[in-house]
Formats: sequence, C-alpha cells, structure tokens
Amino acid sequence: MAQMNLLQAINNALDIAMAENDSALCFGEDVGHFGGVFRATSGLQEKYGKARCFNTPLVEQGIIGFANGLAAQGSTPIAEIQFADYIFPAFDQIVNESAKFRYRSGNEFNVGKLTIRTPYGGGIAGGLYHSQSPEAYFAHTPGLKLVVPRNPYQAKGLLLASIRDDNPVVFFEPKRLYRASVGEVPEEDYQLPLGKAEVMQQGSDITLLAWGAQLEIVEKAAELAAKDGISCEIIDLRSILPWDVETVANSVMKTGRLLVSQEAPITAGFASEIAATIQSECFLHLESPIARICGMDTPYPLALEKEYVADHLKIYEAIKHSVNY
Amino acid sequence: MNTEIYKESPVVHQPAFIDGHSVEIPILKILKQDGNVYDGADLPEIDQTHATKIYKALAFHRVLDERMVAAQRQGRISFYMAALGEEATSVGGAAGLESQDMIMAQYREQGALIYRGFSLENFMNQMFSNEKDLGKGRQMPIHYGSNELNYMTISSPLGTQIPQAAGYAYGQKLQGKDAVTICYFGEGAASEGDFHAGLNMAAVHNAPVIFFCRNNGYAISTPSDEQYVGNGIAARGVGYGIKTLRIDGNDILAVLKAVQFARQYALKENKPIIIEAMSYRLGAHSTSDDPSGYRTREEEAKYQAHDPILRMKNWMLAQKWWDETQETELFEKLREQVLAAVKVAEKIDKPPVEDLVTDVYDQVPAHLQQQLDALKTHIKKYPQSYPFTAGRIK
Repeated sequence: MAQMNLLQAINNALDIAMAENDSALCFGEDVGHFGGVFRATSGLQEKYGKARCFNTPLVEQGIIGFANGLAAQGSTPIAEIQFADYIFPAFDQIVNESAKFRYRSGNEFNVGKLTIRTPYGGGIAGGLYHSQSPEAYFAHTPGLKLVVPRNPYQAKGLLLASIRDDNPVVFFEPKRLYRASVGEVPEEDYQLPLGKAEVMQQGSDITLLAWGAQLEIVEKAAELAAKDGISCEIIDLRSILPWDVETVANSVMKTGRLLVSQEAPITAGFASEIAATIQSECFLHLESPIARICGMDTPYPLALEKEYVADHLKIYEAIKHSVNY
Repeated sequence: MNTEIYKESPVVHQPAFIDGHSVEIPILKILKQDGNVYDGADLPEIDQTHATKIYKALAFHRVLDERMVAAQRQGRISFYMAALGEEATSVGGAAGLESQDMIMAQYREQGALIYRGFSLENFMNQMFSNEKDLGKGRQMPIHYGSNELNYMTISSPLGTQIPQAAGYAYGQKLQGKDAVTICYFGEGAASEGDFHAGLNMAAVHNAPVIFFCRNNGYAISTPSDEQYVGNGIAARGVGYGIKTLRIDGNDILAVLKAVQFARQYALKENKPIIIEAMSYRLGAHSTSDDPSGYRTREEEAKYQAHDPILRMKNWMLAQKWWDETQETELFEKLREQVLAAVKVAEKIDKPPVEDLVTDVYDQVPAHLQQQLDALKTHIKKYPQSYPFTAGRIK
C-alpha cells in the first residue's frame, strides 16, 4: 500500500496499462511531456516514448475520431479530453460513432478498447466552462459505459477495469478531488467491477445515493443527520451506465426512503432516471417521495457557486424532510 | 517549434496578400475518352489480367446500380445510392491497394467492395436487411461492411470516418504493418469539422493514410460552388502540409496511378497524402432525390460524354484485351445474376428479435435482457402485429 492522491492513482493505473500492453496509447491536449494540465500523464512519455504518449492538436472531435480509429484497428487508445466542459465537439464521435460501432456493423468491427478520460465537476472556482458534470447526456446513449470514481483507490481499480473492458468507456474524474483526496492504494494491479454500486455505509432510515465527488458531501450530511439519530445508508453508484439497479433497489426496500444527489442541474439529470426506476421497483416500500438534491437549472455560476451547489446542508435538510414526511 | 520556419520567409514592408487561388494545382490525366493515352503519360502498373479484373468490377458496379435503382422503384428495397459516372474512383482506388489495406468509405464506394470480392449474396442480404446480412439488418441499404475484406462498415454521419482513418493508420504504423488506410469522402463532407480535424491529426502524427476526395460537383442538391470558394479540396491539403494531388476521377488509369503512388509514399514516408478526384455525379444523390429540381438535362448530357466505364472499355478494345462479344456476354450474365440474387434475398427471413439487443455491448447487460423478455411477452400477446418475429419466439 502507498499513500496516493487521486491523480497519482490515475497515473499509476495508466502506467500499469501501458506497461502490460504495447498497443496502449495515451494522448490529448498537453498530455505529452507536460503530463497534462493536471499532470495525470506525468512521466508516461519519458517511459513509453513519444509514439505512445503524445500531445494532440486542439481538436476534441479529432482526438476522439482518432481514438475510434485506433480502437477499431485493435490498439488500446486512452484519450484525454482536458475538461468535460470541452467534450461537446466530440459528442458526435462519441454518440454516433463509439457507441454504435459494434451494433451498426453486426459486430464486424468494434471500438471496445476505447477509454475516454475527462475531468468533470465543480468546486474549483471554474465557472461555467470548467465545472460541468455532463454524464446525463451520455447516459442517454446505449453502447457507452460511464464510470465515476470517488477516491484514489476507486479511481485506480475502476480505470484499469475501464481500459480492459471490451466496450467504450467514458471515465469521469472528479477534478476537485485530484489532489484533495488522498488514501491508501495498493501498488500492484487490481480491478474494481464496472456496473456495480458499492454500499459504503450501512443504515436503516434512508438511502443516500451519489457518485464521484458528491459522495464526500453526502457523507458530511449523513454525519449531521446521525447526530439527530437518523441512520443513513450511503451508496456510491460508481457506474452511471449500465447502472446497478439491484443494489439500490435492495437498499431502498430496506430503508423505505431514497435521496439522490448529483452536481449537475436537476432537470433530466441522471438522478431523475434513478428516481423513475426506483419508484417503479420499490413503489410499495417507499415511505416518502424520492428526493433529488442537485445543481440548479442554470449554467454553473462563479461568484455564487456556494449558493448554487448541492451542499451538505441542502442534503441534510432533505434527509430530515424525507424522514419526517 | 514550427515558428522557426518563418525566419526563412521573405520580408516585406507593405501588406502583400497571397491570393486564395495563388497555388496552382495541376490535374493528372492519362487516358483520353476515346481510349488513347496522352503523349508522354506515365502508365500505372497494369497488365491484362489486372485490367480485366478492374473492368469486370466496373461492369458489375454499373449493372448492380441499374438493377437496384429499379428494385427500389418497384418497392422491393427501401433505398439505394448509385454511383453512376463515378465508378472509377472506388474501383480504381481498391485496385491500387493491397488486400490488407483498410478502406474507410463514405457511402458511394461499393465499387471498392466489388473489387475486393464481396459476394452478390452479401450485397443483397444487406440491402434486404435479412438475417444473413453481416450487419444483422440494422442499417439502411448500402451501409456495407466486411471485416474479412478490410472494408469498414459505412456510417451515415458525414465525415466521421476521416479522423478515424488517421487513427486507424497510426495504429497500423505503430504495429509495423505493411498496410495503409484509404479514406473516401465527398467535397460536401469536406466542409464538416471532422475533415479538418482528421487531416490535421494525420499530418501532425504522420499517419500513413490516403485521403481520397470524390469531388462529384454536388452534395445532394448543393453545387460545389455553393460549398466552397477556394481552389477545391486539394488546396486544403497544401494548407495542412499534406502531399496533394488532383486527378481526373473519370480516368481509371489516373486513379490507379495516383493510388499506387500514394500507397508507396504513405508506407515509405509514414505520412498522409490527399487525392482530389474530379468527377460528376450523373445520377441522383439517392433514390429519394430528383436532380431535375436543381440541374438541367443539358448539364447532365455534357458529363455523360465523360463516362469512365466507356473510357476504360475503349482502352481495353484498343489494347485488344477485350471485344464486343465479351462485352455483351458479360453484361447479360451480370443482369441475370443480379435479378436472380434479388429473388433469393427478398425471401430470406428478417433477423430474429434477439438481434435487437445484441452488439450494443460485448455482452447483453441485465437491463437489456429484461427489456427483450418484456418485448417477447408482448409479441406473444399480439402475434399478428409482429409477423416477422412472432412465429420464431420460443
């Protein structure tokens, strides 16, 4: 075990993936010698050469188009989009190409070896264009897998699983936690399962569900609620697509209440999809309406970020409201 | 840092603009319409066997297009795209490559697939979306693909194959393969962002890819002079620092020469190359289009005189590698074969309902299995409403 922050854990996973597989390539804007603007790819060019870890021109649709071609050819591309806010020029390549490559060809071709890494989320005073959480746009696209880790241990195990998975994966990295989240991480190779949620804390009164950086906020709210004698069960969804309905439904059948919290705006966010499915799966077990504590339906603000975000106090209030419904 | 190169530039002290058309781009022509070769022209590598294979592919192409447009008119298939007048670009391209080279086409390049030996049955099964279609009946007619023949499955969104071809070729290079990628697109698709993305990515990363633009004058109804005002698509190749060639796309020998050169160059130098083939789309964009709404019969007649297949036939006759008896026999036989294949393919069953959920992922995930099970229960309740699949659900 070693102490690593989330960036070091990701860098370590990329190192393992590139060492074991000569066709694994890391590329994106500033990814080469500089190691990426967050330094997630530090040292990889020096270790594996310029042909396997390199800068690309500033063209997101080109990066993902190039990556799709590499994956179809049999290489293992690990493409970085510098901020999830800038993934939209590549939306067509991801939604119409990566996601449909296998289906449209009847499995004559596929891009299963593709992994797209991208930092997402707020809390870094990044304003509109360095704070977004665009997972819901991609969750509406059959053929993709979407993964969001919450800490260094999860990040390494889930990233290695994503790289080795035979489907295109968009891997959203909580950039607020890149250096802030530090924990014990095994130095050896390991994987964590895709499509499986994890119950982080057992509880009996309400289920709190979130993913990525939002779990830290949810845990804080649960601590407040515990002082009021409310027992919260906390679940990390980990995979947005496909998502683990069973683990969430089993928990809600036990607690009778569900609160979902996401950073993204509330309307048509992934929390809405979860709420619809769980009310259908657990209708007769529910003691109160499913609560969604999310970002507001505005662009991500700057000066008023504190007011905008789904913070621990908003979640704490919603927990009490649900339990006392 | 690339800015160093500007130290070599001549310095001026008054604004001296470069005109948008100041790069003069020559056009390669080898074969005249009457079948004679231009004086001093460099012929491609070609012998009678190769030439005959190319000519037979062109003939197959023309017959297939004629018959399938008719089949669409009769309501037997939903949609078709002919390549009338442009056949030399796709057949000639494939003929200039090796079988291990990847072909990433736009949609009007069935000629390349014909040259590579995609069977008539495979063509038909795809167009009739039956259960023997390699693509499992998921895409509209003409969206062919074959892993075995290194022909990437067609994707409708325009230009998406361009940056993909750069990546595919980069992978071939890194793995030391004796193979390149050819990427076809039209002058209309060259307006898409993916064109610019793909050319720049290929140039910067030295990918051995041949970009092949079929400039056929029209993007559905939009003529090329409403698509761009620069010196065609070739001029953009110069801008991206890519070796560039413009050719007569109706001249099969020019296409063959260009692609043979491009393949050698891409492999030896590990660099991209771009070919702009000037042609004319004699037919409609697709069976859903009617060109009489946007161009004149006179204009079409002018270009009919440049028929690439007739041009090659004239050359073959002049070489004494072909004669009129062979010509008549070949076309008659092809027409019979295509008609017979239509009759077989249209009777083959549609794909099974399970094919709805396979290949979305490598394995069918739980939620899709549940959705399929619910669908089967529903179909069993209303079998008359789902005649293709109801009888086969267990």
